[in-house]
Amino acid sequence: MAGLAEWFRSLYTDYGINFVHFYDDYERARFFRGMWVTIKISAVSVLASIVIGILGAWLQTSGNRFVRSFTQGYIQFFRNTPPLVQMYFFYFALGPLLPRVHTEYGTLQPMLSNFTWAAISLSFFAGAFNVEIFRSGIEAVPRTMTEAASALGYTQMQVYRYVVFPLGIRIVIPALTNNIVNLIKTTTLAYAIAVPEALFVANQIWSDRVNVMEMMLTLFVFYIGLVGIVVWVMDRWEKALRIPGYGQ
Amino acid sequence: MSAKPFAVLPPAAAPVATPSQWADWGLWDAPKRIFTPRVLVGLVAAFGVCLLAGEAYAQLNGQQRPGVLATIWRWLPLILLGPPGEVGGFLLNILVSFLTMAIGTVTGIILGVLQVSQGLIVRRVAWAVTQFFRNSPWLVLLFFAILLLPFRMNLFGEIVPFPSWIKAVIGLALPIMANIAEVTRGAINSIPTGQWESAESLAFARGQTFRLIILPQCVKRMLPPWMNWYAILTMATTLISIVGVADSMTLTQQALAAEGGRSELLIPMYGMLLLLFFLYCYPIARWTLYLERRYAIVT
Repeated sequence: MAGLAEWFRSLYTDYGINFVHFYDDYERARFFRGMWVTIKISAVSVLASIVIGILGAWLQTSGNRFVRSFTQGYIQFFRNTPPLVQMYFFYFALGPLLPRVHTEYGTLQPMLSNFTWAAISLSFFAGAFNVEIFRSGIEAVPRTMTEAASALGYTQMQVYRYVVFPLGIRIVIPALTNNIVNLIKTTTLAYAIAVPEALFVANQIWSDRVNVMEMMLTLFVFYIGLVGIVVWVMDRWEKALRIPGYGQ
Repeated sequence: MSAKPFAVLPPAAAPVATPSQWADWGLWDAPKRIFTPRVLVGLVAAFGVCLLAGEAYAQLNGQQRPGVLATIWRWLPLILLGPPGEVGGFLLNILVSFLTMAIGTVTGIILGVLQVSQGLIVRRVAWAVTQFFRNSPWLVLLFFAILLLPFRMNLFGEIVPFPSWIKAVIGLALPIMANIAEVTRGAINSIPTGQWESAESLAFARGQTFRLIILPQCVKRMLPPWMNWYAILTMATTLISIVGVADSMTLTQQALAAEGGRSELLIPMYGMLLLLFFLYCYPIARWTLYLERRYAIVT
């Protein structure tokens, strides 16, 4: 590890290629914290957006016309407006409405941090797409199967749990993977409300050290690596779930 | 005895879609049912809630300044069209989206065709370029273009300035290029092999097959995803506000600052900006859906 750091240092001293975050302890800690924030915000938003997606798909099958219209309105609104403006709306417009709370030092601070707002806004954004994805999964399960399950005495809830969900999830994995990848890429928008994620700290570092090219390269490798891991995991999962005679 | 010409020559290939064919594809009669009463009610209700929230906030703080709606109305021309004499605001968002889409489509189609090229190396390189730009965050690519392109260029002895909005167009065109390349590749691969084989048996060269047979059929298949990417791009144009171009997002924030921190304006103003984009992007989305359904092969 130390050898690697020395190698990067010599890369700078000998060739002027400044990967400062690989040999300088302070910058390394800063950049790794940034990457960790990106991973955290991605994980939180992915989970929350999947919950929103399942909930929304369930609400869309509701008997109440108002509930269905509301869900549809939510989907269309979040799909057809810019995620950046959504994030500003949440953070700058809705944020000040919440009460301020006292910290342990006696100072006032907003109830929800910018990290939380970014996660909320990204979850709603990706959630709108997930609703559609899950709905398509539910619809893709042949009616004859649910009917057969009902005929066997399954309740509505059991039909969902044992028939629709296990089959639907296999159908939606590719679309879900796409949306998760898109969500991970969209987490960079948190930069705009000063969440210290990878792009934000990279920007700080290149402002201090004037090494834009090197930081850019690292960012590209980081994001493509992150996306690559997610795609690989989802691919493995899809293969693991595959059942003979169903789908491909 | 001179060789006789073939008795039957293949007829000239049909031209790419004529205007009447475009009409036949349902391009013009689709938008009629987009803003249905239900959608309009939803929009008015959503914006009404934003306005009411603003008004209620103002009342709570006992403010006597011009009402929320009046203030928004005053700033609307600026946010829509930009400062007088300049292109800015929402108009700039649209302009940037047009330019970006034009550049992205042309380069994307070329990249997509290269991906099905017969040369192995060309194919691999095109694939790698596509994957790189498709999987990188848009904002990082935008910073990449803004920070690493020169602010002016020496072109044949002329000094051409490179303002940041042009750099932003290039930065946004990169991911669009990669995604359009994928759309193109998908469309080419979806053309039945029989088309290639019959073209070959009619002695078409590969280039001719592409130009006269394959690509014309791809146009129709590519249209819905292409429109979808256009809508995504239009929404992504707000990113240029982060790198300092005076688009509608920047101007909204400047308008809010000029009003001197009137916090009751925050919800209505940002709400209006959301509404603006919705009014532009929603019809495109519906239209895309309509075309997708219309072109879908019923199985």
